[in-house]
Amino acid sequence: MTSASNSPSSNSSSSPMRKIIVLGATSGIAVEVQRQLARRGYDLLLVARSPERLAALQSDLLARGAAQVLTCPADLARIEKHGSIFEFVRRSFAGYDTVLLAYGSMHNQKDSESSVEILLDELNINFVSASALLTVFAADLEERRTGCIAAITSVAGDRGRRSNYVYGSAKGALSLFLQGLRSRLHPAGVKVITIKPGPVQTAMTDHVPNASRFADPELVARDIVHALERRSPDVLYTPKIWRFIMSAVEHIPETVFKRLSF
Amino acid sequence: MPSQIAATLRTKAASAVPTDKYLSWGRYPKAAHEHVYRPAWSDQVPGIMQAAPSGSLLAYGLGRSYGDSCLNADRALVDCRRLNRILGFDESAGMLRCEGGVTLTDIVDVYLPQGWFLPVTPGTQFVTVGGAIANDVHGKNHHRAGTFGAHVQQLGLQRSNDGLVFCNRERNDDMFRATIGGLGLTGLIAWADIRLRRVAGPWIDAELIPFRSLAEFIGLSRESDGRFEYTVAWLDCFAGKNLRGIFFRGNHSAETRQTSPPKRGPKLPFTLPEWMLNRYSVKAFNELYYRVHAAKHGPSRIRYDSFFYPLDSVRQWNLLYGKRGFLQYQCVIPETNVAAFEELLERIARSGMGSFLGVLKQFGSAPAAGMLSFPRPGLTLALDFAMRGERTLELMRSLDEVVQQSGGALYPAKDARMSPAMFEASFPRWRSFVPYIDPKMSSSFWRRVTEAQ
Repeated sequence: MTSASNSPSSNSSSSPMRKIIVLGATSGIAVEVQRQLARRGYDLLLVARSPERLAALQSDLLARGAAQVLTCPADLARIEKHGSIFEFVRRSFAGYDTVLLAYGSMHNQKDSESSVEILLDELNINFVSASALLTVFAADLEERRTGCIAAITSVAGDRGRRSNYVYGSAKGALSLFLQGLRSRLHPAGVKVITIKPGPVQTAMTDHVPNASRFADPELVARDIVHALERRSPDVLYTPKIWRFIMSAVEHIPETVFKRLSF
Repeated sequence: MPSQIAATLRTKAASAVPTDKYLSWGRYPKAAHEHVYRPAWSDQVPGIMQAAPSGSLLAYGLGRSYGDSCLNADRALVDCRRLNRILGFDESAGMLRCEGGVTLTDIVDVYLPQGWFLPVTPGTQFVTVGGAIANDVHGKNHHRAGTFGAHVQQLGLQRSNDGLVFCNRERNDDMFRATIGGLGLTGLIAWADIRLRRVAGPWIDAELIPFRSLAEFIGLSRESDGRFEYTVAWLDCFAGKNLRGIFFRGNHSAETRQTSPPKRGPKLPFTLPEWMLNRYSVKAFNELYYRVHAAKHGPSRIRYDSFFYPLDSVRQWNLLYGKRGFLQYQCVIPETNVAAFEELLERIARSGMGSFLGVLKQFGSAPAAGMLSFPRPGLTLALDFAMRGERTLELMRSLDEVVQQSGGALYPAKDARMSPAMFEASFPRWRSFVPYIDPKMSSSFWRRVTEAQ
């Protein structure tokens, strides 16, 4: 676990949101979000599996203007490690005010239809481990009566589709979890933002046909950063058009929907 | 052999990334690729290289090479744009370490506010560091600073057979010189150390001077090269014997006032119909361009981006040339051979096919940084031609004759059609470069000019 800073502990004062923890810092969307946060001079704590990738990100984000970048290599899918991650946060990044959960996994749906192991892995990464981790941070922020929790779910979680329902159900469960969490933390003044991107061009979707028509991660990141800074809205669809697409999709009667192959 | 490569790649591709998006800047030729790898982290590159069949890969950046040197038809590309991390900066030496996919825009955006600028910049900032090195690009300060490669201190070259190779002017110096200007064939440029230069701020003290003959241009160049770091000229290629142009020269200003970062300009949304671009519309444009700039005659203080990157303000300007795309012809002619240069201009004018941006620059005499570097002492001319089929290619072949007889050369980064003989004439020692080619790398350009299949 390493730390590096541009100007030690000078920038972390006054402004309401300056210290952000990114869980899954090496995911495609997270990388873009962090760049934009770096340009605005934030303090960042990056959590992800690979120490080498974290080191490359750390130097890049410092060069691009981040006030401070700490890294914490950890496999977030392993719930038994969550305690030590939080311990690190308490020791080294105590004044954090925002947590962005940005990791996820999208297997080929066909694989999780034939392998329970892959199915459980998909559910564990996208939902079980995510909700476990957020519970730890929620308790802390609730006690401090401040801050913001944001998590990247997916429009795929709004309706179960033939081609992608395993990923969709895990993300949908996470969306429901966040909805409840938002209500629970409301009295404490802690904001919870559910981020629902449409398909985005990242390494996670490279294997999907037509990936080149997916949204530019830079634009999606811009919406996310904007939401983090305003701590609003409760539910962010990005690109915005997906709010309308999904509200239409949700109104298709099930008797029709079950016949659709997408 | 290509079919075997294709078969191996097809199984791996599994419908994946659409490969028709990968074109060169001239949009000619239009190559189809079997597969495009898009690594997000440099640790993924060795695996990609090891698994690839021999002669099947080529690194691709922002696709600003004009012809086919960034294409690898029927084989695979490694899209390096996600490998774009800044790895460190040593402020005492101005030494930047970054991955090959970092763009010149990135570097300027991050370091210009801190008083650092690129040691050499081409006419667009939308290129990657890897591409700038692999083409050993030059800029308006070639007479002072040499090429981009001259400011690369060290680089990390990912090779398929011997891993990440550190090269500099002492260690693996031959591989270093092969990689600079090596068209991406020696491996994948994982990272590079580049020495930035100090500047006071984002301003250029520039001066515009109209000229009406080649002799006048050469005189202006001679007189300016000692006093100005940057010199270049725009040339009206329709003027023929009554040559005319605008000479631009400039220095970094001592003005320190910062400005807000440049806005990204409008984007040409679709290819223009071909009939809109004809000798009359282009002549009218050139007339206007000359008059507007001649009227601005004299010194002024302008921001770096309008001095170095005027074309970047219209994104995708290459779509102007219509569906069939365009070719750029960039040659260098030894300066002593002014007659050859005049013959060249005469042939272009007679063809009636020239277009807007004739760019003229006198190269300096700095020794080449790479084995296959293009710049050499002499006058270089770059000119766009809309692709109109055989008559366009015919004109270029007739220009080749002049260039070859003069002892000149063509620039691979701009080329889509030169013959193997013309390549041989431009780079007579290319065979000594061959041993440094990575067995897994190849390109459409290389196969074409070396006649390998």
